[in-house]
Amino acid sequence: MFSEVLERISWEQTTEAIYAKTDTDVRRALAKQHCTVEDFMALISPAAEPYLEVMARLSRHYTEERFGKTISLFIPLYLTNSCTNSCVYCGFHIQNPMPRTILSPTEIEQEYRAIKQLGPFENLLLVTGENPVVAGVDYIARALDLAKPYFSNLKIEVMPLKTEEYAELITHGLNGVICFQETYNRARYNIYHPRGMKSKFEWRLNAPDRMGEAGVHSIGMGALIGLEDWRTDVTMMAHHLRYLQKRYWKTKYSVNFPRMRPAENEGFQPNVVMSDKELAQLTFAMRIFDHDVDISYSTREAAMLRDNMATLGVTTMSAASRTEPGGYYTYPEALEQFDVCDSRSATEVEAALRNVGREPVWKDWDASFDLIGR
Amino acid sequence: MKKLIIAGREFSSRLFLGTGKFSSNALMEQAILASQTEMVTVAMKRIDLDNQEDDMLHHIIRPSIQLLPNTSGVRNAEEAIFAAQMAREAFGTSWLKLEIHPDPRYLLPDSIETLKATEQLVKMGFTVLPYCQADPTLCKRLEEVGAATVMPLGAPIGTNQGLRTKDFLRIIIEQSNVPVVVDAGIGAPSHAAEAMEMGADACLVNTAIAVAGDPVAMAEAFRDAVAAGRKAYEAGLGEQIINFEAEASSPLTSFLE
Repeated sequence: MFSEVLERISWEQTTEAIYAKTDTDVRRALAKQHCTVEDFMALISPAAEPYLEVMARLSRHYTEERFGKTISLFIPLYLTNSCTNSCVYCGFHIQNPMPRTILSPTEIEQEYRAIKQLGPFENLLLVTGENPVVAGVDYIARALDLAKPYFSNLKIEVMPLKTEEYAELITHGLNGVICFQETYNRARYNIYHPRGMKSKFEWRLNAPDRMGEAGVHSIGMGALIGLEDWRTDVTMMAHHLRYLQKRYWKTKYSVNFPRMRPAENEGFQPNVVMSDKELAQLTFAMRIFDHDVDISYSTREAAMLRDNMATLGVTTMSAASRTEPGGYYTYPEALEQFDVCDSRSATEVEAALRNVGREPVWKDWDASFDLIGR
Repeated sequence: MKKLIIAGREFSSRLFLGTGKFSSNALMEQAILASQTEMVTVAMKRIDLDNQEDDMLHHIIRPSIQLLPNTSGVRNAEEAIFAAQMAREAFGTSWLKLEIHPDPRYLLPDSIETLKATEQLVKMGFTVLPYCQADPTLCKRLEEVGAATVMPLGAPIGTNQGLRTKDFLRIIIEQSNVPVVVDAGIGAPSHAAEAMEMGADACLVNTAIAVAGDPVAMAEAFRDAVAAGRKAYEAGLGEQIINFEAEASSPLTSFLE
């Protein structure tokens, strides 16, 4: 399990090593076809900042080599905002006195139909909070069953599950699972996740291992940018990626770098704020480090940034997202988990991508493949 | 230099030797000693099993050397399993270099039979080191069925052509959770050093030493090359450093300003 690996990697020493990277380290990394985690650390370090343009060019080159000039599009559907966790930065925090919604099967289907009106979406991401009593594996299985007639590729972003639960959901058509670690800083993890199941660092950290064991096709990882030093967090994620690739070699991986913005109200203030330039540097570095990993940008990011980055390393995007349960049909006014920044319609996103020379890919999987061997 | 561990056994030397093609057993013995190898493979078919005092074995067996019987000559999984059982009986070791090459011309390993035989032999308690194609997927499959190492080829056996499969060896090394031993095709010490610099865990050499003008000196050369390559790998190679020109304009990233 990755927890055993992470135990041997010091957070402090890693941080120091990143900030000690030199111009030579950066140029060495840029010259390599196949970078190590050490090289990745150089590429995300302040020493690499003068090389942003070079990195952009390399990132575009490797991306086009592997993915061509395409962007895969997906849409999320929040099934419930009911959650027993108390993550200090999250709108669905248990102590937040807000109305909680758990979509019924009928409502879920209405949402699916409403999504199909927005665009030819085939990649669906189902999202829940963590409340297994009311929205557990059976509930998710039901939502997957209902989704099958409408979508060909189904992913979930839910609480970490057991290996056998992931395996069970695969029989209901599950293709991929996204589970962000938020932060790899074990010592400080519980400051942000004080209670509930999410306070169990290792249970979450080893979730991708369990997905791999269950044979999940696609695993999505992420570090929430705004909690700890992002450079150290994404370095741990790079270790994690390499570890998983070596063990679960039939699985496809994706990475996400969700950024927190400074809150305008009294909400949680991020400890670190990542600039657009830094996000771009990280994206280029990740692509140079790993030519094959899917890099996903959500609608948290602004339209201008997404459109530009679509040609420079990003390979997957959400579009027309609503981040509240039932947001497409049932409850269009409910409270969102985070503010969507790019609120363009799917058609507008599609046009913008074409405008920068990228083909939007709606469908890249056939549900009939899931039936083979069953 | 880090020790190599295969199936729980530690090796100080990362050079494995084959024992075919030498002009005499005495010379072979000298080459083995000069190479400081701790793993020597012997074709079971070469040994006279009825003769307890087989001359060839006498020149090989040492306490520091792990004897690695090989199944050279078999053409499918069934024959390999039979040969493996005989080898275990005869040599008193369950270590096995699995070689299945039905083709007598290039001696290229049969991937399908090799995978089948590995799976069965592991279940029968053998420590299996399969000789195989430099096929990354096959290597992962061999690892999954319990191979103790994978032994992908650099080039066809005996050709001395070096690492013709380099691009695939790189992927195999990157992905493998078991030691990767580059076997076959290594014709010069520089080839062995190159494989070790890439991160291969060991090299197996036979023809290049056996048919050299001075096999003993060549064994020493390979010993040094393997050690040097490994040392370089562990030290972290100083890769090429390109001087990227500072660019006056930034057409791709100006939107970030």
